[in-house]
Amino acid sequence: MGLKIIVLAKQVPDTRNVGKDAMKADGTVNRAALPAIFNPEDLNALEQALRLKDQFPGTHITLLTMGPVRAAEVLREGLFRGADDGILLTDRAFAGADTLATSYAIACAIRKVKDYDLIICGRQAIDGDTAQVGPQVAEKLGIPQITYAEEVVSVKNNVIKIKRRLERGIEVVEGKLPLVITVNGSAAECRPRNAKLLMKYKHSSTMSERAEKSEDYLAMINDKPYLNIKEWSVNDIECDREQLGLSGSPTKVKKIENIVFQAKESKRLTDGDNDINQLMKELIENHTIG
Amino acid sequence: MANFYTDTPELKFHLNHPLMRRIVELKERNYTQKDKFDYAPHDYEDAIDSFEKVLEIVGEICGDIIAPNAESVDHDGPQLVDGHVQYAPGTVVNLDALNKAGLMGMSLPRRFGGLNFPIVPYIMAADMVSRADCGFVNIWGLQDCAETINEFATEEQKMRYLSRVCKGETMAMDLTEPDAGSDLQAVMLKATYDEKQGTWLLNGVKRFITNGDGHISLVLARSEEGTTDGRGLSMFIYDKNDGGVTVRRIENKMGIKGSPTCELVFKNAKAELCGQRKLGLIKYVMALMNGARLGIAAQSVGVCEAAYREALAYAKDRQQFGKAIIEFPAIYEMLSLMKAKLDAARTMLYETARFVDVYKTLMHISEERELTKEEKEEMKKFQKWADMFTPLAKGLGSEFANQNAYDAIQVHGGSGFMKDYACERIYRDARITSIYEGTTQLQVVAAIRFVTSGNYLTKIREYEAEQIKPELETYRRILVAMTDEYEAAVKKVVEVNNPEYIDFHARRLVEMAGYIIMGYLLLSDTNRDHNYWKTTEIFVKWARSQNAQRADFIKNSSVNDLGKFKME
Repeated sequence: MGLKIIVLAKQVPDTRNVGKDAMKADGTVNRAALPAIFNPEDLNALEQALRLKDQFPGTHITLLTMGPVRAAEVLREGLFRGADDGILLTDRAFAGADTLATSYAIACAIRKVKDYDLIICGRQAIDGDTAQVGPQVAEKLGIPQITYAEEVVSVKNNVIKIKRRLERGIEVVEGKLPLVITVNGSAAECRPRNAKLLMKYKHSSTMSERAEKSEDYLAMINDKPYLNIKEWSVNDIECDREQLGLSGSPTKVKKIENIVFQAKESKRLTDGDNDINQLMKELIENHTIG
Repeated sequence: MANFYTDTPELKFHLNHPLMRRIVELKERNYTQKDKFDYAPHDYEDAIDSFEKVLEIVGEICGDIIAPNAESVDHDGPQLVDGHVQYAPGTVVNLDALNKAGLMGMSLPRRFGGLNFPIVPYIMAADMVSRADCGFVNIWGLQDCAETINEFATEEQKMRYLSRVCKGETMAMDLTEPDAGSDLQAVMLKATYDEKQGTWLLNGVKRFITNGDGHISLVLARSEEGTTDGRGLSMFIYDKNDGGVTVRRIENKMGIKGSPTCELVFKNAKAELCGQRKLGLIKYVMALMNGARLGIAAQSVGVCEAAYREALAYAKDRQQFGKAIIEFPAIYEMLSLMKAKLDAARTMLYETARFVDVYKTLMHISEERELTKEEKEEMKKFQKWADMFTPLAKGLGSEFANQNAYDAIQVHGGSGFMKDYACERIYRDARITSIYEGTTQLQVVAAIRFVTSGNYLTKIREYEAEQIKPELETYRRILVAMTDEYEAAVKKVVEVNNPEYIDFHARRLVEMAGYIIMGYLLLSDTNRDHNYWKTTEIFVKWARSQNAQRADFIKNSSVNDLGKFKME
């Protein structure tokens, strides 16, 4: 039994290694100063899909991303790890999208893919940290969702069993396919890139990327259709343009504050009752707790 | 988040050596596989790009997985469970990552599922894995036993076994026995052909077998009843799936504790003959050992690198007398010499690997078609060089690894003696490199004939004649003087015409030749990249004083002195 899986991935600035140029003077993210990476929790999501592929031969994994032309990099990263094909959703019309417009565009693209059993994505992206896109996609497609997944326990007779990692423990739930799963960072790390797949797919490219390649390159990839990464623009999906990009985004940024963390005086406490009592009193007095 | 490939530009430098173009062209049979295999390269640039990208994967796994696991693997070690080996949990994770990345069978042909990489990038991977965990590289690196199957087994055996290696099964080479260590002619493990079952059966004991419980083992056994020397030994392939071998004991070692060293008991273990009878020791083990020695040379370079990095980081961080200790001459001199030895061992390693690549690839091509006259000469020449350089790379490299590991602890002072710092593990791990796959003394035995025959001298004079930039002339002059000094020392020892006297000075002479060659290789590296300038200067000056000391000893020795050294 092979499954048809769509993994949603996002290329994000690596906010884990923030230097002093990470923000511009106007308070927006300086994307040029941060390396662009595969959103970490989307890698966790991909690993869950790859494990299903290990378990169910014939499983087909499509990686879908929305972003600028360079976002094709994450699709290649996925192909190097075992995804079967990639779709880049790219168009100026998608630019400036908040989570609502993003999930709308993605849902429209998924409708075009049509045939799927599972949609898996990371819980949230490290640039916006909203955790909204996955659930919104499920809503728009009118299918169930299981969030905060840590492990796919089993898939049997069209029913998937999932272990969820919640604040106070774990929960095991079942859902009927097709559905959306959002995966937690606590799930298994994604496997490394595979040497053979890397050598096979390193020349893969989207239409826009090919526009800048040499004749030699084009001749080389000509007879290898698997090197063709699908690139869809707004014209390739059925959608209401008003709901896309900036016009489809009700979120307005009111104000951005630049916060500089400053370490102030520190105190060392012992684990004795006295010190802890004293600390509790202090915290209650300054209304940190209570 | 460390990447052991990208943080060590020396690897990329050696990967882009001018001889690589010839090696890759041979290995890829003029790039004819691209239509048959979707991961075969189109041309030289494409191949090098693939090597680099794959080495980046190796570097990432080393930095993110293997190195962080090294401490726990050293601590946990493998366990003996029901006559079999259970790896330390960290080892299992390491192997799984390398398998998923498709890094088994790196140098094997594509038709078996291998990557068809030349030896050079494969050895680079071993270099990095060893830096991450010196013990673990044994388990992963034993995949080069597959090279021996690839050279000598039948096509049908290759198909069966090599494809399994490429899918991640591990290997072992079962040579040593309680009474057959350095002297393998004494191997007693018995192989008898059972007519009824139509198979060979192995009976006896093997000792000190690295990864002895691996899936596929090459076993040296006595197939000719009544014989007592090397000519009665054949090579066999034992498949763990057939059973018949149990692990009686896992040795409790000083270092490389994650690597299971096993005592094996063979009880009617089914095995198949690999290659021809009676050639086990005299042909196949020699080939196996040469590959393994190159592997230990890579392991040694990895240790040199790890030790140097630990020492450097500590020396920058540690403050005494109001400044970082790296600012004191006693410390920075030690560090600069560690780096020089590291670069010297590494350049020797990759020169050797390139020689092996050229001749082995031509040898494989000769099975497909007849070589041209030029190709035959090329193969012969490179094989000779490979034979000359392998004992130097292994012998001198492993001694440098030990010296660097010793100095790394010295830089750490008292802290280095504690279990809290990695240098303590590196020190224990390094110790085996100059012992197994032939001790340094045995590498000297393998190398001395090239001293007395003048082969090293000829090769040194070839390096001497290479074009270099005028500003590097100073170093060449030093090396030329060292060569003259070496020539005189060899002459003095050989003239006496007493084999024992040659053996007595053999290590000194081999080291003198080795240091001169390393000096020339570093000079050539500097000629290609000025970043090697400092290392060359430090190494050549150090080597000059080392050689002078040896020359002085030889000059003032006499064959009559030998008796004085014999202890009662």
